[in-house]
Amino acid sequence: MDGFITLDEVEKVFSVRRKTGFLRRERQEVRAVDSLSFTVARGEMVGYIGPNGAGKSTTIKMLTGILTPSGGRLRVAGIDPSRERSRLAHRIGVVFGQRTTLWWDLPLIDSYRLTHRMYRIPNARYRENLDRLVELLELRTLLDTPVRQLSLGQRMRGDIAAALLHDPEVLYLDEPTIGLDVVSKAKVRGFLRELNAAQGTTVLLTTHDLQDIEQLCSRVMVIDHGRLMYDGPLTGLHEAGESERTLVVDLERELPPVEVPSARVVRVEGPRQWLAFPAGQSAAPVVARLAAEYPLVDLSVREPDIEAVIAKMYAERAVS
Amino acid sequence: MAERGRLAEGVRAYRLIAGMWIRSTMAYRASFAMTTFGSFAATFFDFVAIMLMFSRVDALGGWSLPEVAFLYGLSAVSFGLADLVIGSMDRLGRRLRDGTLDTLLVRPAPVLAQVAADRFALRRLGRVTQGSLVLGWALSRLDVDWTAGKLLLMPLTLLSGCAIFCAVFVAGAAFQFVAQDASEVQNAFTYGGTTLLQYPPTVFGKELVRGVTFVLPLAFVNWLPACYVLGRPYPLELPGWVVGAPPLVAVVCCAPAGLAWRAGLRSYRSTGS
Repeated sequence: MDGFITLDEVEKVFSVRRKTGFLRRERQEVRAVDSLSFTVARGEMVGYIGPNGAGKSTTIKMLTGILTPSGGRLRVAGIDPSRERSRLAHRIGVVFGQRTTLWWDLPLIDSYRLTHRMYRIPNARYRENLDRLVELLELRTLLDTPVRQLSLGQRMRGDIAAALLHDPEVLYLDEPTIGLDVVSKAKVRGFLRELNAAQGTTVLLTTHDLQDIEQLCSRVMVIDHGRLMYDGPLTGLHEAGESERTLVVDLERELPPVEVPSARVVRVEGPRQWLAFPAGQSAAPVVARLAAEYPLVDLSVREPDIEAVIAKMYAERAVS
Repeated sequence: MAERGRLAEGVRAYRLIAGMWIRSTMAYRASFAMTTFGSFAATFFDFVAIMLMFSRVDALGGWSLPEVAFLYGLSAVSFGLADLVIGSMDRLGRRLRDGTLDTLLVRPAPVLAQVAADRFALRRLGRVTQGSLVLGWALSRLDVDWTAGKLLLMPLTLLSGCAIFCAVFVAGAAFQFVAQDASEVQNAFTYGGTTLLQYPPTVFGKELVRGVTFVLPLAFVNWLPACYVLGRPYPLELPGWVVGAPPLVAVVCCAPAGLAWRAGLRSYRSTGS
């Protein structure tokens, strides 16, 4: 496949000094990324997931030229990121979910003006892009507000706009919905879908929120211990990991475990019960059945988290 | 040619970022006014301490008050300029620890320029202003036999001194890639160095004078030029031609500092944090 992003047996080895005693240290090699190979075609939207410390950030840092790989071959838009960091910077956009690149004490528009000049964006294109992004991300009324006064969701939208002003061909997002409320999450997701469809921007995102992937990505890659564990559609991941969603039910009083087809009670604590059912299945019939047969006070659905899915995946592999 | 392009890129990025920081500071005007005054006052009392000393003695190591003030002014202006231009580099350690250096690495501009301009603070003009006042006062009191050479030496000394201090700042920042909380070590050489230079070389032991002449060449910031202008003998019986050395020394300092910075950045990019 003609890849826009290609990794060929990429490795990253850190040498970590560990304290082994008073003033005694031992050098230890840690393989953060271990012979990782994959390609992403232009215009793809890929979710990149894995538990903490799996090597996600290290991969992203190598793809953006922040870190130099210890071995293997890596290309983004035909450029070797670590050797031509500045040239690559013009062609990529990066959003770090937990670190804003906006100027805290200045009006939002000032951050965009700096990007305009630092990236040498032609005036006409800057105005056009700014107009479009401000419209789509609903930032019009916020442009003159100092960044410190923006809400987390507004700031995230502001950060995404800042990363796209120079028309990057690929956008990396590191936890773009972390800490956002439901409405803000929906806005960010809607925008990313639109960006990918209308501009054909390649998007690579890391996340802990499976819904981000469900709603955005046709392809998901799972990495753990620096190795690619899974590469394919999300449905396949659910099958591979047989993940389950959880329904938390509050009953009027303490009752023996409820009986509902296709769901099983996994935990009981006073009047509260936890029911597990396959992630691929709708919650509606289970809820309807419960409401009809039991004195229900409240309920909520919990999505499987990525750690759980991956843990299951391991368990399956160990058995087979 | 490529180096030249990078330098121009760096200066451009520096100006853009420093401009943003100035505007950020101006969001809190009162605070800016107070910290600028504070910076001026802190350094002012620094000099008051020296004046108090002279109320008890007539000379320090054989140097009169205006002569010490001359030393003080040269050192304070050189250091003040360096501190103004790249003094915020000691924040690099914090950027390394919280990982925000990464956000600078994904921008199309030289990292050194971005780090140097980080938190650019105009309030540091307070130190330069105070140093200039002391220097002006010293010059008005001193009876110098001015020649064309001595006149030319003055701006050259200040610029070279600034460059030498800049080199120390950059080298210190490079060291922070290895030891991330080393900004205090850096401060010992920068702030400590400038305090040392406020006193004449004759009050210090030979070993120390030798150290700041040949190892960390701070003596070229003010001691040697001041000796020349005031017609005093050089410390360590150095030959007369060393008076032309400061610009050379500055270049010789900046080169290894630049290399150290590159090595530091390279080690960051290959190990991460």
